[in-house]
Amino acid sequence: MREKILAFIEKNSRIAIKELAIMLGVNEAAVMNELEAMEQEHVICGYHTLINWDKTGIEKVTAMIEVRVTPQRGMGFDKVAERIYNYPEVESVYLISGGFDFMVTLEGKTLREVSQFVSEKLSPLDSVLSTKTNFILKKYKDHGTIMAEPAKDERMKIAP
Amino acid sequence: MRNPLSKTIVGIQPSGIRKFFDIVNEMDDAISLGVGEPDFDTPWHIRDEGIYSLEKGRTFYTSNAGLKELKTEISRYLERKCSVSYDPDHEIIVTVGGSEAIDLAMRAMLDPGDEVLIPQPSFVSYLPCAALAGGVPAVIELKAEHEFRLTAEELRAAITPKSKLLVLPFPNNPTGSIMRREDLEEIAKVVLEHDLYLLSDEIYAELTYGEEAHVTIASLPGMRERTILINGFSKAYAMTGWRLGYACGPQLILEQMLKIHQYAIMCAPTTSQYAAVEALRNGDADVEKMRNEYDARRRYLLHRFREMGIPCFEPYGAFYMFPCIKKFGMTSEEFAERLLECEKVAVVPGTAFGAGGEGFVRVSYASSLSDLKKAAEHIERFVRRLECV
Repeated sequence: MREKILAFIEKNSRIAIKELAIMLGVNEAAVMNELEAMEQEHVICGYHTLINWDKTGIEKVTAMIEVRVTPQRGMGFDKVAERIYNYPEVESVYLISGGFDFMVTLEGKTLREVSQFVSEKLSPLDSVLSTKTNFILKKYKDHGTIMAEPAKDERMKIAP
Repeated sequence: MRNPLSKTIVGIQPSGIRKFFDIVNEMDDAISLGVGEPDFDTPWHIRDEGIYSLEKGRTFYTSNAGLKELKTEISRYLERKCSVSYDPDHEIIVTVGGSEAIDLAMRAMLDPGDEVLIPQPSFVSYLPCAALAGGVPAVIELKAEHEFRLTAEELRAAITPKSKLLVLPFPNNPTGSIMRREDLEEIAKVVLEHDLYLLSDEIYAELTYGEEAHVTIASLPGMRERTILINGFSKAYAMTGWRLGYACGPQLILEQMLKIHQYAIMCAPTTSQYAAVEALRNGDADVEKMRNEYDARRRYLLHRFREMGIPCFEPYGAFYMFPCIKKFGMTSEEFAERLLECEKVAVVPGTAFGAGGEGFVRVSYASSLSDLKKAAEHIERFVRRLECV
C-alpha cells in the first residue's frame, strides 16, 4: 500500500485522505496510519508546492554549482556536504559520480547575491578545490511537471 | 434518374450517438463523460518512434498484412499476456483500428442468411457490419442481473440452425462488464455443441481491473481454431488517432480476410505501424501506469454513484460505468438530455448501444480526476432535484 500512497501523493499532496482511501480501495484509517508512519520514519519529508516563479513578480536566480572537494579524513564526503547544506540559501546538495563531487543548487535574488555566496562562502571552504557555476536561464520541467500550460482537451466530446 | 443507393446501406440506421454528439458539440463549457477514448496522450517514446520513422523517410506501403516486425511483436505479446500463439506469417493481419478487423471478419465468414449472434448493449459497429456483410444480426439482450455478462443459457436460447458467428465483446463498451475464465468456459461448451465461430473483440483487454487479468477465449481448449481475436493499440496505449488494430486467427479465415484488406485498404498506416512496434517492445510500464490511473478513477466514481443512491454494478473492465437510472422515471435519452441541459454534463444514453441499454447511461471515466469530481457534483445536484419533484 505504501508505494501506491506515495505514487498518488507525490503528484498531489493535497488529495483528501478520504478520496485517497476510496481510490485505493482501502479504509481511511489505514491510509491515515500509513501516512503517519511514513512521516515518523521520514519517508515523507515534507509537503511542498511546485511554483513557477517566472509567472510571479518575484525575481529569483537559480544556479547549479559543480563543486570539487577533498573528502575529509574519517568523514568522507558527508562532513563537507553538511558544511554546504547548512546554508539556508542552498536548495539542494547531491553527491555525484563523474567529473566533480557535489551538485549544489542555490537560490538567490540576484546574480550578484549568488556569485557572492560562491566566492565568499563556498569557495573559501578548506575542502573545496574548485567550483563551476551554471545559472539557470529557463525552467521547462520540474518534478515531472511541464511548466508550460497544459494542452486543452481536444477530443471529440462524444465518441462511441 | 435511377436511385443511386444500395438498399442494404439505406436500411442501416446512422449511429444513435450521432444525434447526441451534435447537441453536446454546441456546448463549449460542457464536461463530457461521453468520450470513448483515453484522455492520455500517446506515451512520448511511441510518438517519437513515429516521428523518427517519418524522418527516416519510411513513407512507403508495408506488405498487406503489415510489417513483419510488428506482426512478430504482436505474436510475442499475445503469447506473453494471453498464452495464445499465432504464426506472424499466416495468422495475423494488421488493420486500420479494431473496427476494420470486425468488418473483415464478418465479410470473410458470412454468407447471405447466416445469423450473427450479437450480445447487446455493445459497441455500435457489430450490427451494421454484420448486415453489410449479408449476415442477419440476432441480438442477445444482456441482463443487468448478470452484470451484463453473457450466460450459456442466454446463448443457447438465441441459437437457431442458421447461427454461425458469435460476437464476444468483452471487456465491454458500454457496460464495463468482463467475462471471467469460468464464464468463458461455459460459453465455449455451447460454441462446440453448436459448431459456432467466434469474433472476440478484446480491444479493452489491457484495461481489466482486480486480481485476475484478462482471459482470452482463444486460449481455452478447442477455441483457437474457431476464433478471430481482435485487439489493437487505441485503448491500451492511448493511440486512437493512429488507427491501428489487428486480427488473429486460423490461416483458413485470415487468408480470406487478407484479400478484402488488400483490395479495400492496401495496408495500415506505415507511421503507425512503426510506432506500434515501439509500443509493444517498451510500452508495458505505460500501460500499467494508465491502468492504475483508470482503476483509481473507477473506484472514485463508483463510490460517488453509490453515495448518490444511483444503482451501479462494479465494472471490472474498459473505462465505462453503466449506472441504472430507471428510478428517475425517464428514458435514457431524456435523462442524458436533461442532465446536459441543466448541469452541462454529457453522458451517453444506454440505448445508443442497443435497445437493451434502456434505463442505463454510459459514463466514461477517461477524464481527469478533477473533471470527474466536478461532474459528480453536478450529477448529484441534478438527481437531488429530481428526487424532490
